[in-house]
Amino acid sequence: MKSLSTTVRLFPIPRLGAALLAAAVLAGCSSVKLDEAAPVTDRTPTPVSPAGAAGAGAGSGAAGASVDGRTVVPVQTSQPGQAQPPANVERVIYFDFDSYTVKPEYMATLEAHARFLNADRQRRVVLEGHTDERGTREYNLALGQKRADAVRRALALLGVQESQMEAVSYGKEKPAVEGSGEAVWSRNRRVELQYR
Amino acid sequence: MTAAGTLAAVSGLARAQFRVEVTGVGVPQIPFAVAPFAVPAGLPQDVAAIVAADLVRSGQLRQLPGGTTVLDEMARPDLAPWRSQGADALLTGSVRRLADGRFDVRFRLWDAVRGTDLGGLSYPVGAADLRLAAHRIADYVYEKLTGERGVFSTRIAYVSKNGERHQLWVADADGENAQPALTSREPIISPAWSPNGAQLAYVSFEALKPVIYAHDIATGRRRLLASFRGSNSAPAWSPDGRRLYATLTLAGSSQIYALDLDGGAPQRITQTGGIDTEPAFAPDGKAVYFVSDRGGSPQIYRMTPDGREVTRVTFEGSYNVSPAVSPDGRHLAFVSRIGDAFRLRLMDLSSGTVTSLTDTAADESPSFAPNGRLIMYATRVQGRESLMTTTLDGRIKTRLAASGNVREPDWGPFPA
Repeated sequence: MKSLSTTVRLFPIPRLGAALLAAAVLAGCSSVKLDEAAPVTDRTPTPVSPAGAAGAGAGSGAAGASVDGRTVVPVQTSQPGQAQPPANVERVIYFDFDSYTVKPEYMATLEAHARFLNADRQRRVVLEGHTDERGTREYNLALGQKRADAVRRALALLGVQESQMEAVSYGKEKPAVEGSGEAVWSRNRRVELQYR
Repeated sequence: MTAAGTLAAVSGLARAQFRVEVTGVGVPQIPFAVAPFAVPAGLPQDVAAIVAADLVRSGQLRQLPGGTTVLDEMARPDLAPWRSQGADALLTGSVRRLADGRFDVRFRLWDAVRGTDLGGLSYPVGAADLRLAAHRIADYVYEKLTGERGVFSTRIAYVSKNGERHQLWVADADGENAQPALTSREPIISPAWSPNGAQLAYVSFEALKPVIYAHDIATGRRRLLASFRGSNSAPAWSPDGRRLYATLTLAGSSQIYALDLDGGAPQRITQTGGIDTEPAFAPDGKAVYFVSDRGGSPQIYRMTPDGREVTRVTFEGSYNVSPAVSPDGRHLAFVSRIGDAFRLRLMDLSSGTVTSLTDTAADESPSFAPNGRLIMYATRVQGRESLMTTTLDGRIKTRLAASGNVREPDWGPFPA
């Protein structure tokens, strides 16, 4: 049978034997030119164990399984725990629109947190910066970081050690209140003080 | 070949698969028709419709009615009526059940103008790969008719949020056949395909702060690439796949660092006290585009990969972010704030000319198809988060099939 490099003969194709095709387990989606016999390969997929048993923190999938290039093994994450915050102290600092400075009205709150942290150098606080929903995710992450960093600097001035604080950002990913409009947005422009 | 009684004619235009919006008069499109394939009853996927939808979504081809007569790959159709109807090309084909339960998907493409056979292929696949076979056929047809490589069998990654459930998905380029790669109770953002298409880097909040993982999607094995003090975000692979640029906050503010994938301390690339983030490599690896507020508002800049020769790229407006460079290095897609709206825009990098591609208000996360002909982005349509593709002239848009609130798309590379 004469074979052209890119075109296919017009008269009926010799039927590819069912047994031949059955043997040709092609990973993913291989193709066969219509005027050529199917190449015989034996690439039986290896079963992949389910990924339900994800390891702590990092999570893990099936290790070392032979899989074809289009397999996606699902992974489930897990979260760290929480520690006791100071009693009866507000743990959210709100910010004005497009503002990254701590308003004077929150100084008493920050002083209370500073006293709590200064009383025990083992205590750790995570300062989580948040933005409202306007703008893109990554840039809002940087803006939320700016707010968290402002609170970090304010606490440092009150004697809290850098080793006790970590400023991080959620950007617009975790709004306190869902929805739109200034009433909602003003509740979402914030830094939360989380003790872990 | 197969008893006629078991064959069911499948017709239907691309609209059955996707919502395709065509606005204005675009570039000349190649008219094609897909005749009903010879298929067995109860076939789980409408292969011919998937092929047609792919081709329409490309914006380069225009679908004409395919008639009602079944034409398989062995038929020798009279091309004169197709030609007089205006079709440049006719696709015929079949799907047959194999003895082992799989399917043999076959097609033949005809040049209706010259009356010549443009070739055909056979794909023996399992039911789960019928869509993939259709995408491969679309790639074949697209390349034969346009001379360019098709992107229909490439993959995309995106993130969904439904209640407290955040999932990272890997799907076909049309948004179908989505498989979950990661499920978390905390947000996931900024997925980025490795240049070889084997891994996704992304930002996960599962540790209750943003950290960067590299995730081998075929095995589910993950590597924590950046979990430095503060926030870790905006991963971008170097084109050679050896380094990852990312935004870290080791110095307080958000700054761009280079991370060697083989380990070692992060190397600081930008040096400001403000925000420098969203690095994006030019495909030749010789420039990195990024967002900086050093001029008082977020704008896109360009620098060498080691942080020298910083040049401002965007000047119009007060908010230009999320740069993505086209594979040929000629265009920059980005998001601009225009009034209260955030819109996808495109800059011709040689002339600096900027065009708006959409009239939606919450566009985000542009990425180019590996052949540079389409841009995928996230937006909000009638209150719902959606994934869209648009041609570079903004005239042909499609909304991808994906359920729930979907966001953060990244278009993967050509298969290796």
